[in-house]
Amino acid sequence: MSKSNFTRRGVLKTGAVAGAGLALPTYLNAASHGFTNAPTGGTVTLGFNVPQTGPYADEGADELRAYELAVEHLNGGGDGGMLNTFSSKVLEGNGILGKKVEYVTGDTQTKSDAARASAKSMIEKDGAVMITGGSSSGVAIAVQGLCQEAGVIFMAGLTHSNDTTGKDKKANGFRHFFNGYMSGAALAPVLANLYGNDRKAYHLTADYTWGWTQQESIAASTEALGWETVNDVRTPLAATDFSSYIAPVLNSGADVLVLNHYGGNMVNSLTNAVQFGLREKQVNGKNFEIVVPLFSRLMARGAGENIKGILGSTNWHWSLQDEGSKAFVKSFGTKYGFPPSQAAHTCYVQTLLYADAVARAGSFNPCAVAEALEGYEFDGLGNGPTLYRAEDHQCFKDVLVVKGKENPTSEFDLLEVVEVTPRAQVEYAPDHPMFAGGSLGSCNPGA
Amino acid sequence: MDAILLQTLNGLDKGSAYALIALGLTLIFGTLGVVNFAHGALFMIGAFCAVTLSRIFSWSYTVIDETKTDFLGNPLKVDVPYVQAWFGDEMGAAIIDWSVPLAIIFAIPIMIFIGYAMERGLIKHFYKRPHADQILVTFGLAIVLQEVVKYYFGANPIPTPAPDAFKGSFDFGAFLGMEPNAIIYPYWRMVYFMFAGIIIAGVFAFLQFTTFGMVVRAGMADRETVGLLGINIDRRFTIMFGIAAAVAGLAGVMYTPINSPNYHMGMDFLVLSFVVVVVGGMGSLPGAVLAGFMLGILESFASMNAIKSLIPGIDQIIIYLVAIVILLTRPRGLMGRKGVMED
Repeated sequence: MSKSNFTRRGVLKTGAVAGAGLALPTYLNAASHGFTNAPTGGTVTLGFNVPQTGPYADEGADELRAYELAVEHLNGGGDGGMLNTFSSKVLEGNGILGKKVEYVTGDTQTKSDAARASAKSMIEKDGAVMITGGSSSGVAIAVQGLCQEAGVIFMAGLTHSNDTTGKDKKANGFRHFFNGYMSGAALAPVLANLYGNDRKAYHLTADYTWGWTQQESIAASTEALGWETVNDVRTPLAATDFSSYIAPVLNSGADVLVLNHYGGNMVNSLTNAVQFGLREKQVNGKNFEIVVPLFSRLMARGAGENIKGILGSTNWHWSLQDEGSKAFVKSFGTKYGFPPSQAAHTCYVQTLLYADAVARAGSFNPCAVAEALEGYEFDGLGNGPTLYRAEDHQCFKDVLVVKGKENPTSEFDLLEVVEVTPRAQVEYAPDHPMFAGGSLGSCNPGA
Repeated sequence: MDAILLQTLNGLDKGSAYALIALGLTLIFGTLGVVNFAHGALFMIGAFCAVTLSRIFSWSYTVIDETKTDFLGNPLKVDVPYVQAWFGDEMGAAIIDWSVPLAIIFAIPIMIFIGYAMERGLIKHFYKRPHADQILVTFGLAIVLQEVVKYYFGANPIPTPAPDAFKGSFDFGAFLGMEPNAIIYPYWRMVYFMFAGIIIAGVFAFLQFTTFGMVVRAGMADRETVGLLGINIDRRFTIMFGIAAAVAGLAGVMYTPINSPNYHMGMDFLVLSFVVVVVGGMGSLPGAVLAGFMLGILESFASMNAIKSLIPGIDQIIIYLVAIVILLTRPRGLMGRKGVMED
């Protein structure tokens, strides 16, 4: 008969300690490294937080495709995409700092609370060292705040509100996508050139952070060129039929309608405006015009023929002929069979930029990564020479003014580039009033 | 004056959609006593019947155009719809152009079948259950249906335009001798309003002037006695469920050119339509129609800048505000009957 050395008390003690260890959030396990979720072993985990359900699910799916492609390229698979054209050459296709890149995904549902919950779960349970993605400014600002508290880097996806790198900027957050101010600065001269300086604009604006900052930006830029803003009507985000907001426009004396709407709002308001025959009307002796300051090719599809001839701005378009864009379109198109969206582009680039910053810093420590990104000048990623400005973590690069194509050759060929506005024209001072009211604070490494 | 006329006109088409959905809702409640939260999903499925028919008509074969290239530099693949190959370019294009009106014929049998299957397959098991159970199961069904539609059609809105003949808008201002452009109204919205009028009149005539309708009305008033007379009232009520589904579906079909359909459009209308039914009076058909138009018009007025500047955010709450006032002053709604939902 053998005698066991286990005692009831001993087993309970060991069990309790082991249980506590397992239950401990993974980032606390890495406390010895001095930052949250320091990768151990041969892999590093990135968290892709995109809308997988809800109205922006298609945009989220395109973001996810881009992330998967970026991971493939970082790990040495595929044709390397933009790694071949990127001005920095520290990434060698062997993961990040020799660690194979793995990823987890979360569903933002385009709701701030759901996005924060999924980001929190990826950080605490899955050990994600960086969070990226999203398709809304409300979500981006919420998740950016969470990442700042948790001590991980946030590489924003599609977010266009001035506030993301304005009053709500954070030291751990970085935005590659352009913003409302840049849309205004790029679009206004083209509008004045095509439609004249003596115009009266009527704004319909989605009633949330992105709509407000875009309206303010477009109104300021166009007024500086002689336009008058006759009205700005805030429309509820949940609105689906905009007819009651559009019907009074012709009677207001305005000869331009500016739709500060995105996604389903944009599709419906533009469709309603065209139904009301606004584009066939003459007001003040001029053709009535409609402007959609932020265009998304994915969303434009929903508006069908209504986007023909409508001017707007966009961060990037697959028809660009620089080497970086061509390489990305080739990789993405070969893998998925259709060209990438601007959301896909910014997400792919953000992943590469993060990996590159880690490699240059020689560390996954978010403070080292942030330092490597701040003031970083690069090229070859699709928008010409680009700067990640240290003062607000906003990328400065060329902006595209686009127009709905009159004779599209396919369902992807909806926009044509009217002008590539040079970076210098869309730059602004870090203390610009539209971006005032917040501060980056200091970098938080977490644990 | 012109602003009032303008917003009244605007409210009419919105009210038409509310009235059509609420009519079906209240018909189901009045006959079967079921609170059907999946009714908005039927509106959405109707809209996707139009999308499906448009896709069937646009079903294409691929021709390689060597003179052009696609985004990867390969020869461009051009889709040629079969209808154009079979009926010639002009006729084929006309068929595709008229896909929304043609979808009415396509949608009626589909919607009646879906309504029938829904009632026999699921809802009949909840007749004797509390209203809370009915709401939960039908709301769950609505979510399942919209997720199925999203799976097959994606999350983005799908443009489904009206025929070219109905594009543009009518200048009521010029017609009434006012300033040009003072009151404009899109042709398709006029079509929608008239269509809604015909459907509503059709449903009322069916219930009022046919033997079937008479039996249904008798069943609504006293189900037990009608059953005692040897009439299979359940079967007739099932058919009424199918008709209510078809009414919601047709409202959806004709709504597609107004706003590009997406998978959650049913939910957007559902809550408002319920408010319409409650304001009109549970189980009251004329009440649903009256409340539908009334709330549609009020919602339009609340969107006016003059009113919004007086009470900010009024456009988002007006319907609920009116519902509260009406329920406080007339607890059974505008035309509600005694004894309905009061047990």
